[in-house]
Amino acid sequence: MDVVVSQIFTGLSTGSIMLLAATGLVLTFGQMGVINMAHGEFIMAGSYTAYVVQQATASAGASLLISLVLGFLVGGAMGVIIEITLLRHLYHRPLDTLLVTFGVGLVLQQVARDVFGAPAVNVRTPSWLSGSVEVLGAVVPRTRLFILVLALVCLAALAAALQYTALGRRTRAVMQSRDLAESSGISSRRVDLTTFFIGSGLAGVAGVALTLIGSTSSTVGQSYLINAFLVVVAGGLGQLRGALIAAFVLGLLQSFLEYSTTASVAQVLVFVVIVVFLQFRPQGLFSLKTRSLV
Amino acid sequence: MLELREVHTGYGRSTVVHGASLTVPEDGIVVLMGHNGAGKTTLLRAVMGLLRITAGAITFDGQDISALRPHARVARGLAYVPQGQHSFGQLTTMENLQVVADGRSNGRRLVEEALERFPALLEVLDRRAGLLSGGQRQQLAIARALITEPRMLILDEPTEGIQPSVVAEIERTILDLTRRGDLGVLLVEQHIGFALRAADTYYVLESGRISSSGSAGSGAEADVLAAMAI
Repeated sequence: MDVVVSQIFTGLSTGSIMLLAATGLVLTFGQMGVINMAHGEFIMAGSYTAYVVQQATASAGASLLISLVLGFLVGGAMGVIIEITLLRHLYHRPLDTLLVTFGVGLVLQQVARDVFGAPAVNVRTPSWLSGSVEVLGAVVPRTRLFILVLALVCLAALAAALQYTALGRRTRAVMQSRDLAESSGISSRRVDLTTFFIGSGLAGVAGVALTLIGSTSSTVGQSYLINAFLVVVAGGLGQLRGALIAAFVLGLLQSFLEYSTTASVAQVLVFVVIVVFLQFRPQGLFSLKTRSLV
Repeated sequence: MLELREVHTGYGRSTVVHGASLTVPEDGIVVLMGHNGAGKTTLLRAVMGLLRITAGAITFDGQDISALRPHARVARGLAYVPQGQHSFGQLTTMENLQVVADGRSNGRRLVEEALERFPALLEVLDRRAGLLSGGQRQQLAIARALITEPRMLILDEPTEGIQPSVVAEIERTILDLTRRGDLGVLLVEQHIGFALRAADTYYVLESGRISSSGSAGSGAEADVLAAMAI
């Protein structure tokens, strides 16, 4: 019984990490349709932001909180720069976008290696996140619980912003029909920029959180990127609740498969499950149904 | 006043409209007619900035707006109701109105006025626009355009595929809107009877060129039918 509970928490934790990495992608890939292969490097930028802030801050706890805010801003700023300089000119050209952002990702990784060195660096965990708590007989590290809560908070905040704010309405309008939004008086460029800022900023937040469970290197973001894309595709493009369910289902699946096989075999089996799932449901878990074309 | 001078436009390298010129006064209704594929929708999309013009000029109140992006043309006073009752299908009826009203100091009042004009929308405020009937979606599209407080309303076949009772309501609305004398209307319409009844002036577009124009008064119908070779 303890093993099952333990695996469930491991799965939820893995799922929450996938969810955190994917939340920004739900916006930039799911809603805007931009295949941003540099999303992982925005995560990396968040991780290194946490590292830099900690060098300048005595308290690990304060450093974490400052890093979460700064990580959002750094990730967002990088997203804005790339949107203005590159992506804006490549909308409706997905293959070009993919190649360009892949190249940008490689450049950013090299920049990180040049600035911070090739060896991985570590960020200290605040004392209030050290140790574990026992939940239903299973030992769960506090850092993992923190990431679980942070992922849910980020997702809920994004969902609320999209649903209830003027910016959220404009974002949904532009994502549905750029022409109709423009001819209704909405500046789609401004909305694209803001949406990309938020999506990239959330990647930065994910990067900060990931420093709590592992060391930071130039490839830290890349290792989470594929899973993040899988979560968005399996959940249904642009669907936050789909991403939520997909992330935790994939996390749990991986956790239980890992327990009965190995980590590598589990990852392969998860991919197989997603391939089979998408054969039967290519639109993902959720898709929107309307009578009209738009 | 909206003025198109020798406008050429199309899709990519394919030119659809070859030098169309027309004028819409600030307080009148101008109807643009023509067969399917004549280039009417293409021309309207160019007026809104959704298509680039390759030659000619589009001026509004004497200022060249040819280079402005669509949202900037809306800010100048142009409003567009596209063909096919397009709305933001995944937004609710209310959100469709709010998204246009957001950022306007009198946005709330504008939404209320739009709903007063189209009370049928009150019953479906929380329904996703994609689930509305064609007539409801068309009323929503016009309501959305009116919230931008236009001085020039551009309507692309507003009665297409709509049941007769809603067509009559849309016709009443268009006539009522222009009664105050501060709104010009450029209307693309297939129903010749409705078009000539509503309009002051007509233009016929054939193969991307204006082939005929004149006053929409008595006798116009025969001229239009002759111009369209019906």
